[in-house]
Amino acid sequence: MKNLLILGGGTAGTITANKLRRRLPAADWAITVVDADDNHRYQPGYLFLPFGTYSSTQLTRSRRKNLRKDVPLVYGEIDRVVADGNHVLLTDGQRLDYDVLIIATGVSPRPDQTEGMLGDQWRESVHEFYTYEGSVALARKLDTWAGGRLVINIVDMPIKCPVAPLEFAFLADSYFKDRGMRERVEMTYVTPLPGAFTKPIAAQAFGDTLKEKGISVEPDFMVMEVDNERRTLVSYDEREVPFDLLVTVPLNMGADYVARSGLGNEMNLVPVDKYTQQSREYDNIFALGDANDIPASKAGSVAHFEIDVFLENFQQYIAGQEMTHRFDGHANCFIETGDKKAMLIDFNYDWEPLPGRYPVAGIGPMSLLKKTHLNHMGKLAFRWMYWNILIPGRPMGLPPLMSTSGKRTDLVTAEK
Amino acid sequence: MPTTMINGHDVSVDDEGFMTVYDEWDEATGAALAQAIGVNMTDEHWQVIRFLRNDFKAQGATPTIRRVSTAGGVDTKKLFQLFPKKPAKKMAYIAGLPKPAGCV
Repeated sequence: MKNLLILGGGTAGTITANKLRRRLPAADWAITVVDADDNHRYQPGYLFLPFGTYSSTQLTRSRRKNLRKDVPLVYGEIDRVVADGNHVLLTDGQRLDYDVLIIATGVSPRPDQTEGMLGDQWRESVHEFYTYEGSVALARKLDTWAGGRLVINIVDMPIKCPVAPLEFAFLADSYFKDRGMRERVEMTYVTPLPGAFTKPIAAQAFGDTLKEKGISVEPDFMVMEVDNERRTLVSYDEREVPFDLLVTVPLNMGADYVARSGLGNEMNLVPVDKYTQQSREYDNIFALGDANDIPASKAGSVAHFEIDVFLENFQQYIAGQEMTHRFDGHANCFIETGDKKAMLIDFNYDWEPLPGRYPVAGIGPMSLLKKTHLNHMGKLAFRWMYWNILIPGRPMGLPPLMSTSGKRTDLVTAEK
Repeated sequence: MPTTMINGHDVSVDDEGFMTVYDEWDEATGAALAQAIGVNMTDEHWQVIRFLRNDFKAQGATPTIRRVSTAGGVDTKKLFQLFPKKPAKKMAYIAGLPKPAGCV
């Protein structure tokens, strides 16, 4: 009997456990999941919480109940992985042995990594929406906010759901309009990237969306500190952006135990082969979902496609064969653009988001890179699909690798 | 795909002049690119550019400023001195790598 140990009962850990349990004979493989608590959150919902769209019960389910009954869940804080000894130590002293380890503990926002962010303005005029508590606190703040300078900021890449801060800006614009107070809010989008949009075709599709909505952009801005007294964001090149309300996306980092175990890079992400997600250092360790360092978006859709490819590779791995399946970095996501419309994008390591139809070439029903009401409905419907299809590991019917059919590949001049 | 003449060689570039083929770059090309954007290369500059080149080869993506500072050992303030105003963009440009990008 062999032990497969999965650290993390979130999106990647739960899907992997549920799908692998169906494939691996119970007589040969024990599958165990470890997590610190029982709250599995639907993280895409955090974007909507500040605007009063969702309630807590719609966004939280039991990790235990999301897992198949024949997959044990051990509650505990991970102290460290002893990779050379093939075991994991929990802070309560428990030792869990493994033959194969899957690290799926994701990334978390780390406001402590930016000077002044956790100062006396934290949760007063400095907010975030990347945690449940943060989104709820921001909802309360927005509900009574009289207006002023709203600054939306990304501290650094990579972050979970990289389009979320843009969506927040679009939704905030709609929210203030609905409340009849848009003219009392001055909005600025502050990003470390060269612009709000960096991919040429997507930039074209979004066109002047930000300008139309009266949102100004401060590009190439590397936050050095949050000055609480003057309520000002200060950059390394001494630019200053004053705010009355700052909605920031703090630095996103992998779990601290990854660093303690000597398994992480400078962001506590596990270096892996980008096609197989196998650790570059230990053959019997894989990192799935946000926890690894592949150059793809940190998003549930990536985890989902990645796991489908991983399952095929894993069968080969345990049979002692070479892993021949290659994950292509496929991601797709709905981007809320405000006014009950959304765009859909579909891309991978090699192809930037292009216009077209999805999932069926020429038919859709979804349109890629176009603002439609149907895409917005798709985004809202996805919560049901997440809990009832994705997390239980039922087939979504979407091929894991990205397809270029039905896409305007002629728009890209780069050689492929 | 457009090409341009840098340091006597034809190289492939994108619309903004960032080189698109990793192996078309060498240090002489890097020096010419630096000159074109007014950066006077010193040993400290080269240390950064070499880190970017090696890291891109290993990771498949242009490193962020934070990664250059923590994994490459040159702190962020210093990077802003070496490559004023837009270090991420300037470093990538000189190193012949894609500029740092988001997903849209």
